[in-house]
Amino acid sequence: MTERRPTRGAAHELERYAGLFSARTRVMRSSAMRDLMAVTVRPEVISLAGGLPDTSTFDPALFVQLMSEMAPAAALQYGPSEGLEGVREAIALVMAAEDMHVDPDEVIVTTGGQQAIDLVTKTLVDPGDVVIAEAPTYPGAVPTFCSYEADVIQIEMDSDGMIIASLEETLARLDAQGRRPKFIYTIPNFQNPAGVTMSLERRRRLVEIARERELLVLEDNPYGMLRFEGEGLPTLRTIEGPTGAPGENDFVIYAGTMSKILSPGVRVGWLVAPRPLLAKLVLGKQSTDLCSSTLAQHFVAAYFASTDWRPYVESLCDLYHRRRDVILDALAENLPPEATWTRPHGGLFIWVTLPDYIDTTDMLARALADNVAFVPGEAAFADGRGRHSMRLNFSSSSDEDIREGVRRIGKIIAEQLALYDTLTGRRRQPPAAPVVVAEPEIEAPAPAAADDGEGMAHILQLPRRGAMGGRRSREA
Amino acid sequence: MTRVAVLKGGRSLERQVSLASGARVEDALERLGHDVAAIDVGGDLVAQLRRSEASVAFVALHGRGGEDGTVQELLEVLEIPYTGSGVHACMRCFDKVLTKYALREGGLPTPDWVSLSEIGFQDLGAADVLGGIAERLRFPLVVKPVSQGSSLGVKHAPTAAELPAALVGALSYGARVLLEHHIEGRELAVSLLARGDGDSDVEALPIVEALPRGPEYDFAARYEIGETDFVCPAELDDDVADRVREIALSAWRLMGARGFARVDMILGADGPTVLEVNPIPGLTETSLLPQAADAAGVSFDQVVERVLAEALAR
Repeated sequence: MTERRPTRGAAHELERYAGLFSARTRVMRSSAMRDLMAVTVRPEVISLAGGLPDTSTFDPALFVQLMSEMAPAAALQYGPSEGLEGVREAIALVMAAEDMHVDPDEVIVTTGGQQAIDLVTKTLVDPGDVVIAEAPTYPGAVPTFCSYEADVIQIEMDSDGMIIASLEETLARLDAQGRRPKFIYTIPNFQNPAGVTMSLERRRRLVEIARERELLVLEDNPYGMLRFEGEGLPTLRTIEGPTGAPGENDFVIYAGTMSKILSPGVRVGWLVAPRPLLAKLVLGKQSTDLCSSTLAQHFVAAYFASTDWRPYVESLCDLYHRRRDVILDALAENLPPEATWTRPHGGLFIWVTLPDYIDTTDMLARALADNVAFVPGEAAFADGRGRHSMRLNFSSSSDEDIREGVRRIGKIIAEQLALYDTLTGRRRQPPAAPVVVAEPEIEAPAPAAADDGEGMAHILQLPRRGAMGGRRSREA
Repeated sequence: MTRVAVLKGGRSLERQVSLASGARVEDALERLGHDVAAIDVGGDLVAQLRRSEASVAFVALHGRGGEDGTVQELLEVLEIPYTGSGVHACMRCFDKVLTKYALREGGLPTPDWVSLSEIGFQDLGAADVLGGIAERLRFPLVVKPVSQGSSLGVKHAPTAAELPAALVGALSYGARVLLEHHIEGRELAVSLLARGDGDSDVEALPIVEALPRGPEYDFAARYEIGETDFVCPAELDDDVADRVREIALSAWRLMGARGFARVDMILGADGPTVLEVNPIPGLTETSLLPQAADAAGVSFDQVVERVLAEALAR
């Protein structure tokens, strides 16, 4: 019954340890949210919290075949820091599918996309340096930026992605302070957590700004292949250097991953960067882990060598497309008119924003009592914002669980809104008759949300449901 | 050698903290030469306890289910001796309103309060008296879930404008909330530990003062090393320190606590006042009771040994 655990020393004096911790651990924070999230792994909890792709449809026979094809001696050995040749070639193939031309020599294999973010930050950021990110940004990037003591400045978004005018204002303000961001971090496609996609016009302008100001952009594109609606847009890398010829890409660092098109378990991601930077990134990687798992890389190389990888991605897109529709219907049916949410054309996530008097971290405590979970919005900010938003994942739960999970969340939100209205003596408007509006081609930005009183409103200005034409399946 | 079941984890929101407390207790028990059965508390608790053939249970649970008398009641039924406070004391400590009534009736200082329930707001029109309540208690107010530990869900309402959102937030953690006047002052904690030598005598350990680096002593500050500076023993005049310890011991007796407990206080302009009594204080690396014990020259292993001895001596 007793678990084996190395016996800890008797050193229980807090201050003895406290004196040893590096300054950067001060910003590596624990939070109530993290502890609440630990409860979401209970089997009875419907979790719309994870960022998990659905790996259940991967062919088990193919898995066995690939494992048996691997040469044991090589697979069990160290490998080059830059990654195995076969994997870098596979990466070039995947990038070509998104119209990017890359020489395998320009690619470094990383241990997941997470290490790509970590290496770039490690290589570029000194304590106090500015990193620009989107508001909200990838929750996994926040602790990385914080652990290198970056000063993270987050730029507002709307349904067309990062608002470039706000970016320019921020850059001008930083200029006036004599500060220069080390890089701009963006997820242009089906952003995590917001689910929105940067428009073509904004992509072009972002690349122009990078060139004019000689600023590096880290383009993180884990979800680009997971488009199930609309036309694909060129990546920032392609916009900067359409042919991929050497010297064409000076300012865009590109990060990709196998996590969403093959498996997050293989922990294979990559970076493509201007050559001088590439050399430093490799040094950074050597100090972290020498090389990414050779075993996993052999698996990836074998997969790309022996099968056409695209049908599997297409099957995932079909699956996520259906689940996206299920969750949008469920949201339209169950969320009150005060809630707004995004309508992703791909990827895994939807971002829901509630009135500013609802705290989603607190709400998670209540949701867990009802066995449902989501990611509270504060995880996507380095500065405490986001507390009235939440991220919902639709890729890893069954249709039935998505419906039931959203129903439970909707009920809790309705209860909290009713309670707030009771407390403030406001009378709630009776629910408006459901209206079905044709879905507009382009989602118009909504009027600004009410200010939260701290000058930090407008987390993500997005269309209200009426304007968006969110469908209600419960008509009549 | 005793066969000890360490109860940890569980389903409460403080699961992670409890796993950390439990792990340290297991290590200590093993070093003390006991035979340990670690149990992550779930639906099969009774079966696991029976299977473990433990002669005593060390309850290292925090939060709902573990600290509110539920597990204690079950252990009584199973006739397994257990560490810490009994059913009634746990129930009274875990419910901050019952604690405050007990303190007030016992003549101990505690900030003025009013407790309200979600039902009161929704069905009985309690919102209409909010203004009057706030006026009586005076801002700034603290809003707390009545039954929740580790400062989860504790909200500050400096003015009336913040009160409704603070109430909605705190009510996310339970159906009842406590509105309390926020007393400005130094945050003190007195840990109490049974002597474990057969009688029911108890020792007040050196007073710990928490000096949070952030604006308030919240959940993160409570469990993250380096988020809060602790001073132990707290720098207090002798007469003040005596008074603080005396109040803590009175609170212990009033609540009927056993084994160990921690009394949290604020030392304001009008002297010390009791906020709450924790029947199962945290035992993590950053927890206050182990630090206070250390300052008194009592090792963590000795803490565990004394708490266990008290349970076995009942």
